[in-house]
Amino acid sequence: MTVPFPQAHPGAWTATAMIAAVVLSSTAGEVLTAAAMKSLGDLDDIRAHSGLKGAIRAVLTCPLFFAGVFFLAVAFFALLFALNHLNLSLVAPASASLTLVTNAIAAKIFLKENVDRRRWTAAVFVCVGVYLLAH
Amino acid sequence: MAQHSLTLRQYLLLGLVAVCAPLGDTCLSRGMTQMPAISLSHPGALVAAVFTPWIASGIALLIGFFASYLTALSWADLTFVLPATAFGNVIVALLSRFWLHESISLERWAGIVLITLGVGFVAQGPSLTERPAPQPEAEKVEAR
Repeated sequence: MTVPFPQAHPGAWTATAMIAAVVLSSTAGEVLTAAAMKSLGDLDDIRAHSGLKGAIRAVLTCPLFFAGVFFLAVAFFALLFALNHLNLSLVAPASASLTLVTNAIAAKIFLKENVDRRRWTAAVFVCVGVYLLAH
Repeated sequence: MAQHSLTLRQYLLLGLVAVCAPLGDTCLSRGMTQMPAISLSHPGALVAAVFTPWIASGIALLIGFFASYLTALSWADLTFVLPATAFGNVIVALLSRFWLHESISLERWAGIVLITLGVGFVAQGPSLTERPAPQPEAEKVEAR
């Protein structure tokens, strides 16, 4: 019989910091990946001109893409770390829904996207919806 | 802002984004639960797991998701594409209700309605932020 390791229950601030780490690294990854794709232009056009290999080459030679993938990997390991200390029913809905809002804010600031009232409403609806669905 | 209407092909790609991620996760989950417990002292078992049908299908679906997600980001805003990925949760919940006959609580139905409304809001708007065309160098020189 295996005896589980006794684990100290993290406080509210520690739990908040863990979820914030997941949300912020995920947002950085999504925004950098989106910036990389925007800098390349329409991938369908690239594939039409240079074929599938040309499109793959264009993505794999873009430094911003690798920066995005790096932060997405950090987000993945931050999620694993958070799941090791906190309940899935807290981490999954909180990180999934908060990421939608932080992405909308980051897209407006860094990608200069036109996040109008329609998109803010959608972000809030989807954020609450994901929370309810995943909770 | 000009309307960037999507073609049927682009709508299909967004559909792939929504469907491939949750289906891929489901395949991985099903494949891993069918495997005996894997210990870190036998990493070879983890490599062997990759070649089982469910895990291989899950990996193929997740590669399909990432490829279609990247393509969608090349012609649409991040704030347009992300709700499409969240719509995958709705598809999984509906599949579990009508295919696996699982029960869905009132709270989860409310979540489904909110995500659907949110995706509907975004889909009615433009897919890409209009940016001013870069001024040609010759015109910049003339303007000085």
